[in-house]
Amino acid sequence: MKNVLIYSERLELAAELVSAGRFVASAAGGSLRALSVGDADLAGFLASRGADVLEIRSAEQPPADPAQIAQALRVAAESAGAGVILLASNRRGKEIAGRLAQELGAGCLTDVGRLEAAEGRITGVRNALGGATEVFQAVTTERQVLALRPGVFAAAPEAAPGAVQFLDVPLPEPKIRLRETRAKAGDAVDIGRAEVLVVVGQGLADREDLALAERIARALGGEVACTKPVATDRRWLAEDRIVGLSGKTCRPALALLLGVSGQVQFSVGIRDAGTIAAINRDDQAPVASLSDYFLQADLKAVLPDLAGRFPDT
Amino acid sequence: MNIVIAMKQVPDLQQVRIRDRRPVLEGVPLLMGDIDRSALAAAVALQDVVAGKRIVLSAGDENLEDTVKEALAAGADEAALVIDNRLRDADSAFIAKVLAEAVRRIGDVGLLLFGEGSADNYSGQVMSRVAAILGWPQAGYVREIRLEGGKAVLTRSLEDCEEVVEADLPVVASVVSEIAQPVTPSVTAILRAGRKPKTVWGLSDLGLEGPQPKVVENLEQLAPLGERKGIVLKSLEDLLAVLRAKEKP
Ligand SMILES: Cc1cc2nc3c(=O)[nH]c(=O)nc-3n(C[C@H](O)[C@H](O)[C@H](O)COP(=O)(O)OP(=O)(O)OC[C@H]3O[C@@H](n4cnc5c(N)ncnc54)[C@H](O)[C@@H]3O)c2cc1C
Ligand SMILES: Nc1ncnc2c1ncn2[C@@H]1O[C@H](COP(=O)(O)O)[C@@H](O)[C@H]1O
Repeated sequence: MKNVLIYSERLELAAELVSAGRFVASAAGGSLRALSVGDADLAGFLASRGADVLEIRSAEQPPADPAQIAQALRVAAESAGAGVILLASNRRGKEIAGRLAQELGAGCLTDVGRLEAAEGRITGVRNALGGATEVFQAVTTERQVLALRPGVFAAAPEAAPGAVQFLDVPLPEPKIRLRETRAKAGDAVDIGRAEVLVVVGQGLADREDLALAERIARALGGEVACTKPVATDRRWLAEDRIVGLSGKTCRPALALLLGVSGQVQFSVGIRDAGTIAAINRDDQAPVASLSDYFLQADLKAVLPDLAGRFPDT
Repeated sequence: MNIVIAMKQVPDLQQVRIRDRRPVLEGVPLLMGDIDRSALAAAVALQDVVAGKRIVLSAGDENLEDTVKEALAAGADEAALVIDNRLRDADSAFIAKVLAEAVRRIGDVGLLLFGEGSADNYSGQVMSRVAAILGWPQAGYVREIRLEGGKAVLTRSLEDCEEVVEADLPVVASVVSEIAQPVTPSVTAILRAGRKPKTVWGLSDLGLEGPQPKVVENLEQLAPLGERKGIVLKSLEDLLAVLRAKEKP
């Protein structure tokens, strides 16, 4: 079982898993297979990235019931002789990971931010204690399920096409029925790649003040990002602008934090920044010790002034 | 029909200090995770539609009876606790086994709620594992729950979309924090909560006293390196100078 099986329903994440799968397969001396469940486009795409594909037909794509995908993965892993099953650690991927691991009697790591392979052992590095620490973990069961955070590996480029092989697997009756899908308001920006980030927290009192933060971000050639409650509770910005444990890991050269307290689950997403500057009215807030430059001030008083110093483009 | 809310006892992460790159957990108070508290609040909000009880289910060490008081004060009717000091560092696979056994003993469970991820481990595995063991339908990352007769209609919040799914009860679901604001009970409510019913099991009561194979090995746990300058600025002008210096010409 030296082989590796990869699956994600998302093309861009699946392309990253092709790279990750090659890394693991070469360390283990095995080969790589990719799975598509009822999605001919995904199968074709994976083949165009050089992966040999197993395709399992299904009425829905992707099936709404994670138990169905887990079943497809089990059969595919068996057929491919795969000891390592790599998934993407997006929400769907994480949900499948636990189910599959349980059904395989396997250990599982999710939200893996780094993968190391040495002496035949794979080590996953993940955040613990909300991001205060990193744990290095290894799965000890014969089969292992690993879910990788987006962006850990670069997407595999086009390559000599792999083969697509159909597997005839009857999937179980779905116990979860999809009634409706609603698109989420999202942005085309990827804060994970921004050079400059102006991050707003709950210390920004009025929604109108967002425009001021945006003005500063624009002038500095950057993007606005936010803490989790600003997106999920206040719904001021889209969730893909969240920095942190349940959001994105960002590496800007400069981050300006406005009214952010700096709790661990946030800090873990910004600690790779080059320079961190922060404004907070509380000099005891954890953000004070998290930043290179700290200004204790009330945003109500200073933000209009600060924004006014930048051209309104 | 009862609603069971799985809540994990965790150290208060805001009070965890780092010494020599290692976390210092001694003396750090224990509490129930924030997202789990949101799950409880969501269950409490279903009070009018579900006549049964809201039962907090938790597996942990000897401190659990004390930690659970807050949840009982925040609206849970009863607690079902599995207490053993070996549960302190147990992995997701074992915790799932323990919780599933406990759910089987609680009986008449229509809805089994989890947090989307535990505060300290944030792995998001336990819910799916329990659903697999019980063979119940599962839905993750739920931000809205409606009950219609014998069905649950759940709105899932995924990265790029929301999905409205339905399933026949009993259903296992994990929730995101925005499903409900956690209830912060008063001190008197916490004192009174000590009188609410509690069932306490040991691992042997669940038939799980034997040695449990670990499926994941922890090799190392370290705080990442990273020092910041920690310069306190005196004025907005100083801050502007910092920003300008970083500005691309
Ligand atoms: C499992 C889990 C995962 C999480 N993941 C994330 C994540 O990915 N990202 C994330 O951000 N959070 C995450 N959180 C939440 C996190 O714990 C914090 O609650 C959150 O980061 C706090 O956001 P905040 O700093 O905007 O708000 P607060 O903590 O409320 O801080 C607001 C700050 O603004 C300051 N302030 C208030 N008014 C003013 C003013 N007028 N002028 C100047 N300063 C002012 C205050 O002093 C305070 O420091 C997670 C939590 C859990 C449990
Ligand atoms: N020891 C435990 N006792 C009760 N519930 C738990 C325990 N561990 C995890 N959970 C539940 O499982 C969820 C996800 O945990 P995890 O898989 O560790 O991220 C938590 O939010 C809790 O609802």
